[in-house]
Amino acid sequence: MTTSVFSAGADIFWRNQLHLRRRPMLIASTLIEPVMFTVLIGFVFGGSLGGQAYREYIVAGLLTQAAIFTASYTAVGLALDLQDGMVDRFRTLPIPRLAVLAGRTTSDLVNTSVSLVVTALCGLAIGWRPHTGPLEIAAAFALCLLFAFAMSWVGAFIALVTPSVQVAGSLGLIWLFPASFVSSGFVVTTTLPGPLEAIANWSPVSGLGNALRSLFGNPAPPGFRVPHGWAAVHPVAYTVCVCALLIVLFAALSVWRYRRRTNR
Amino acid sequence: MRESDGPVVHTRNLRKRYPGGTEALAGIDVNISAGEVRALLGPNGAGKTTLVRVLTTLLPPTSGTAVVNGWDVVTRGGEVRASVGVAGQYAAVDDLLTGLENLHLIAKLRGMRHRAARRAAEEMLGRFRLEAKANQRVSTYSGGTRRRLDLAAALLGHPPVVILDEPTTGLDPESRLDVWESIGDLTAAGTTVLLTTQYLEEADRLADRVTVVDHGRIVAEGTTDELKSASGLTRLVLRLADGHSLDAAAAAVADATGAIPEVEPRVRRISATTADGPAALATVLSTVDKDAIAEIGVQRPTLDDVFLRLTARQEVRA
Repeated sequence: MTTSVFSAGADIFWRNQLHLRRRPMLIASTLIEPVMFTVLIGFVFGGSLGGQAYREYIVAGLLTQAAIFTASYTAVGLALDLQDGMVDRFRTLPIPRLAVLAGRTTSDLVNTSVSLVVTALCGLAIGWRPHTGPLEIAAAFALCLLFAFAMSWVGAFIALVTPSVQVAGSLGLIWLFPASFVSSGFVVTTTLPGPLEAIANWSPVSGLGNALRSLFGNPAPPGFRVPHGWAAVHPVAYTVCVCALLIVLFAALSVWRYRRRTNR
Repeated sequence: MRESDGPVVHTRNLRKRYPGGTEALAGIDVNISAGEVRALLGPNGAGKTTLVRVLTTLLPPTSGTAVVNGWDVVTRGGEVRASVGVAGQYAAVDDLLTGLENLHLIAKLRGMRHRAARRAAEEMLGRFRLEAKANQRVSTYSGGTRRRLDLAAALLGHPPVVILDEPTTGLDPESRLDVWESIGDLTAAGTTVLLTTQYLEEADRLADRVTVVDHGRIVAEGTTDELKSASGLTRLVLRLADGHSLDAAAAAVADATGAIPEVEPRVRRISATTADGPAALATVLSTVDKDAIAEIGVQRPTLDDVFLRLTARQEVRA
């Protein structure tokens, strides 16, 4: 009697895609953000931090940042649907609860893919080059999307525990800054003070950044002392494990909150 | 297990207490038979929307049972959702999608395949006279058109039960008539309908039976005729001849009935409810100058009178 999670999820995915196309401001920010961060970090900070070698180092960080921003898109998109009553409409239909959430988190990956491509183009424009084969490059982008999917579920959970679009928007955004900067994304973690270094070394954001560098064959600039922990030495395996764990955890938490959430 | 006989919507001692401690439903027993149109009438905060949310599985009850189309709302939510179409204040339509896209999406989520969903959507667009707007985004629709689309969405796939939560709240009178007409068509199709409303005229016009709720309880139930008779109220109506003071006559009517009279200066009409019509009539005839009276009589109460008596909120005038 109930429509399957795949078919219902696919229908909601397409509905969200229509939204994406009809919200030009959203597309604009997807395009502008990567360019902005490339310029800010590559050239505002880059000059003091190592010039060309540094600019090549940070592209992995920029891609990581494009992926982590999925959380804020999902938080706002789902919060809007909760506010407008669309979620209530979906909840009165014979579809699995997971379908509404999965339709959202998968469709936000499309947005993120655009961001990732723009980021990579910006990277190429500032002199970054992958030094490996097409398989490694494909794996690198797949890993970005896996990480983005995990972040999207975090964003979904944020939308479901916050009372309004405004709160979901700001909460969905502010944690991204410490999360993306306390990592190996733009600096070498060994330069951080003790506790921050420990956090950064085990941060999934560092995991993805290190994994991307290893898959693209982008070495750290000369003089950068890279850490030697398990996470840093096996970045791809570490990132895959952490993403899987985050997806399972936040999907379960989100479904639980979705069930309990009642908008009066 | 499915109960196939008996009422299509059935609740027993249904209660809902919100975490803050408010008891929105304080023991509701309601039975709606197949093909019936039932109005749930009550002031704001009476518990109407809470009941709708429980019956549509959006909210779990604190205790008691609710069965829709034979399925328990708590244990068989999926089956309940498959049986019920919902429209009204909260079940939104998507602003960024066109009317056709909205209906197509909902038809597919109801389990129809692509082509069948498309046909069902087009059928509904035709039935609700929305063809001309089918390919425009809903954000461009007027309030009335939007509600018609909302109704069309509720009826997609012909669910046996349709629940409408304040379907005409906030509409202008013309759009309201339009929506009423659409609901009227529904009843002709034999669908079981539960609609909540604050408008007595709406209940009077659309419903077979009316359930009046207040403070989470049912305070009366019956056909509108039954409710009027059971109230024991009558309405004393006096029309004044030209050139006589409305104020003086209104004061006399107030004295005779013990109620605050309603005065309509344009038609020089004064009326008030009273439990004893004949006595009030005699009193008015003895106190008001005969020449001043153009017309006088005792009538059946309006549903307004009954409602205000039942909910005891004399200060609220619907």
